[in-house]
Amino acid sequence: MDDLIADFLTETGEGLAGLDAALLRLERHPDDPQTIGEIFRLIHTIKGTCGFLGLSRLEKVAHAGENVLGRYRDGSLAVTSAGVSLILRVVDRVREIMSGLEATGSEPAGDDSAIIAELDAVFTGQALAEDAPEAAPEPAPASPEPSAKKRATAKRKPSPRPSAEDSPPEPPVVAALPAIVEEKVPAAPAPAPAEPAAAPAGEAVAVAQTLRVNVDVLESLMTLVSELVLTRNQLLQLSRAREDSALTGPLQRLSHITSELQEGVMKTRMQPIGNAWKGLPRLVRDLSRELGKKIELEMRGAETELDRQVLEMIRDPLTHMVRNSGDHGLESTAERREAGKPDAGRITLDAYHEGGHIIIEVSDDGRGLAVDKIRAKALAQGLATEQELAGMGERDIQRFIFRAGFSTAAAVTSVSGRGVGMDVVRTNVEKIGGTIDLRSREGRGTTFLIKIPLTLAIVSALIVEAGGERFAIPQIGVVELVRAGDGVMHIKDAPVLRLRDRLLPLVSLSRLLRLDETSEAGTGGFVVVTQVGQNLFGIIVDKVFDTEEIVVKPVAPILRHVTMFSGNTILGDGSVIMILDPNGIARATGVGAEGVQEDRRGTAVASASSSEKMSLLLFRAGDGGPRAVPLGLVARLEDLPQERIEMSHGQPVVQYRGALMPLVPIGDGWMPPAPGGRQAVLVFNDGGRAMGLMVDEILDVVEEALNIESGPERPGYLGTAVISGRATEVIDCAWWLRQAGDDWFGPQRNATGQRKRLLVVEDSAFFRNMLVPALGAAGFEVVATTTGAQALKLREAGELFDVIVSDIEMPELDGLGLARAVRDGGSWNRTPMVALTSHSDEEWVRRSAEAGFDRHVPKFDRDALLDALRGCLVPNALH
Amino acid sequence: MEAAIAPRRNTASHAAADTAILTLTVAGQLCGVPVLGVRDILGAQAITPIPLAPPEVAGGLNLRGRIVTAVDLRRRLGLPPREPGASAPMSVVVEGGGELYALLADSVGDVLALPEAGLAPNPPTLDPLWRDVCAGVYQNVPGSGQEGGAARLLIMLDVDRVLDIG
Repeated sequence: MDDLIADFLTETGEGLAGLDAALLRLERHPDDPQTIGEIFRLIHTIKGTCGFLGLSRLEKVAHAGENVLGRYRDGSLAVTSAGVSLILRVVDRVREIMSGLEATGSEPAGDDSAIIAELDAVFTGQALAEDAPEAAPEPAPASPEPSAKKRATAKRKPSPRPSAEDSPPEPPVVAALPAIVEEKVPAAPAPAPAEPAAAPAGEAVAVAQTLRVNVDVLESLMTLVSELVLTRNQLLQLSRAREDSALTGPLQRLSHITSELQEGVMKTRMQPIGNAWKGLPRLVRDLSRELGKKIELEMRGAETELDRQVLEMIRDPLTHMVRNSGDHGLESTAERREAGKPDAGRITLDAYHEGGHIIIEVSDDGRGLAVDKIRAKALAQGLATEQELAGMGERDIQRFIFRAGFSTAAAVTSVSGRGVGMDVVRTNVEKIGGTIDLRSREGRGTTFLIKIPLTLAIVSALIVEAGGERFAIPQIGVVELVRAGDGVMHIKDAPVLRLRDRLLPLVSLSRLLRLDETSEAGTGGFVVVTQVGQNLFGIIVDKVFDTEEIVVKPVAPILRHVTMFSGNTILGDGSVIMILDPNGIARATGVGAEGVQEDRRGTAVASASSSEKMSLLLFRAGDGGPRAVPLGLVARLEDLPQERIEMSHGQPVVQYRGALMPLVPIGDGWMPPAPGGRQAVLVFNDGGRAMGLMVDEILDVVEEALNIESGPERPGYLGTAVISGRATEVIDCAWWLRQAGDDWFGPQRNATGQRKRLLVVEDSAFFRNMLVPALGAAGFEVVATTTGAQALKLREAGELFDVIVSDIEMPELDGLGLARAVRDGGSWNRTPMVALTSHSDEEWVRRSAEAGFDRHVPKFDRDALLDALRGCLVPNALH
Repeated sequence: MEAAIAPRRNTASHAAADTAILTLTVAGQLCGVPVLGVRDILGAQAITPIPLAPPEVAGGLNLRGRIVTAVDLRRRLGLPPREPGASAPMSVVVEGGGELYALLADSVGDVLALPEAGLAPNPPTLDPLWRDVCAGVYQNVPGSGQEGGAARLLIMLDVDRVLDIG
């Protein structure tokens, strides 16, 4: 193909991509001269370029379009929705011709007279484009060429204007092009200089200096850099062994340059995700017309960058999802009115970075997923038996929509519902190492969460060994490394680790991969704490080496079915190593399955943290019935031999992990165990300190709703609850912790009786369970709600709090939305707010600060939270 | 692979076309692969086992920065494993479906030029497993190397079929 045409196609293609957005903007702000100018210029340029390239079809269409736009620009014609539709159709036609041009090198045959006539009718003012979209052609017959429009003769005289060249429009002779082109090349800039004059004055267009580079060049650069990184790693390894100082210097430099080069090349491949969204406003607009629904599209975080390879692969799934949201997710206008929702349905796209990932949320405020329907369909399609379904949580059932061939739309529309649905989306997302999940509430809307890696090429990985083989675990999923010492326990055969305040399910890598188990699970090895989606689990490995930058290479097709690996790579020492896929491991072992607690999320009512199920540790101490403590508060269970218990200042203590730990008896009349006997101890942990509660016997761990009925006040006990059918006393941890020493939990304790009131907004039951007691123990009075909306209900109810602690990611009203609502006015607008989140980059801090949060605390860091709370409360006290 | 053979078949009418065949031994059995499909022949290599992979897959090896999946021909052909202490297998690197694979053979012999026409179809009594991966049999193949003596049977391996695992 002619180079000039190729250039023209590329440039015009880019221009057109931006045009859709501009036109939609125009529709909303019909009197924005800048936007009109922009559109006019682009169409004008197309017309001009086509003229000397001899592309007569394009030229005519562009010309007719330009006429109409010209009148819009002068203000002699009002911009109407129908008018915008017409221009959009012009853009479509231009695209259509261009794609033909791209495929064959010449303009495809086709008849544009209808659209040109329509444009001309608008231009001459005969058919004032009214808001009825399809009505526009109708007035046309009244125009001077009434019948001609539909007849073949229209070809000859398509419009009242003499715009048609006297040459027949159809056979555009591309073969004759070169001669024309060569002559006209010097004239090429001609239309351009004419431009600024036509444009409104003072329109400075600052164009960054750019260079068009073929993608193939970038790809091969990337491959080369990847190889360079590998070779560098290999060299470094060699030099480490040699300790040749003459080599070290230059090698260091080489290493730095390689890293910089790698970064630079990666940067060339980064593109804002907005590029993948460009087509969506148009899509939504067309969708809205086709379906007769009002749809608003909101796009946030369009500037978030990711690797273009990932971008390309996510484009189609996203389009499909937006289409789905519009078609299935949103109700018809009538249904929305009935449900008391605003007429216009809203589809929101949100993209942001989290760790080494990018998260894309596609949400709608539509009807949500009907669990009953999905259940029935899953049953009808034999995807699950009735028993299986009965045991499933709501979310698990909703996830059926990710299964192959599953479509719940009752009617197959032209938009979606053709049987390829969310399963295709899921497959595509997983292909690039991403995950997809959903949150949905019937009647309230659905949110899809896509988590994908920023880049597929080079990742940092932790090298571990299990069963004598080495494996790489992508650093992204690794939360922390723990030595698997005495912390590993077994519940029946399942190994678990008590890690700080939580119980972590463990997966033995050598057992999982059916390798020889060289060491007994849990002794001497390490636990790689890994996060997949919302779930944490630990992978038991024998050894941990260092981290290495690895170039991910796909595994051979004959190994694709081994889902435990996401790829393989070559290490610095030249050996081949498999890369573990935490997603695959989670799926294979079921540790990714979310429990009952997660599913209760949707049905929980306002601030009913007490009706949530939680794990309770039952034990016996002294006389009377069993006692209980939330398991989340207990750091460890110990069974101490009698001889380790010593007395200090009349108080029993034990040397525990290099420090003295005070022991507090919980029963009345505690007696040291007989020589040779053992003492059961519940260990509570705070920061570097530990405290042991001595009990007679540990009975059980049960999962139950904790409904404490207040009984006679008794220090150390919150009250009595019925647990496992027995009246059980629930201990007040804070009180017992105070028995261990004065300075437990620092200054809050002496808050002179007046406890500060705290509102915790957190959708995850797990974190709530962890936070509420921990904050309670730190001396706060805590009220917890599960969503931002519930929190606002408390505001309406007139509740007041000293500080609000809120999660950021929550269904419906998220933390940012809550903060905005709180700051918007009302009784809480001066209340300090602390954001709890796993995002820690500056962008997020900025966003949450903008929304109205005063402080920003990482989700897992309790000390930081307590610090932040103290910080919030001190200035308050000064007021 | 077949593409490599096919053009030769077409020219067979003009001249007595020979196929160049790389011979290799697997548990004493003489096998052959078209030499045009062979990318590399490597001596003993460090091979990283791949857990949970099909048993025929011996692991992955590093071929000058490319990762090549190794297929153990003994296991692929249902033959007993190499005796412990036997010399490490040789890798014959071939291409299949755009990817490189290494076929592990006990030893690699000469390249023979055998007449296209001499390829006999598989005997119907052949083990079904073998029938699946064999493209045919050459008879009267001269013994390799010094032994020189008795003519042997050579099994032509269909590389694409050999790699069709799992």
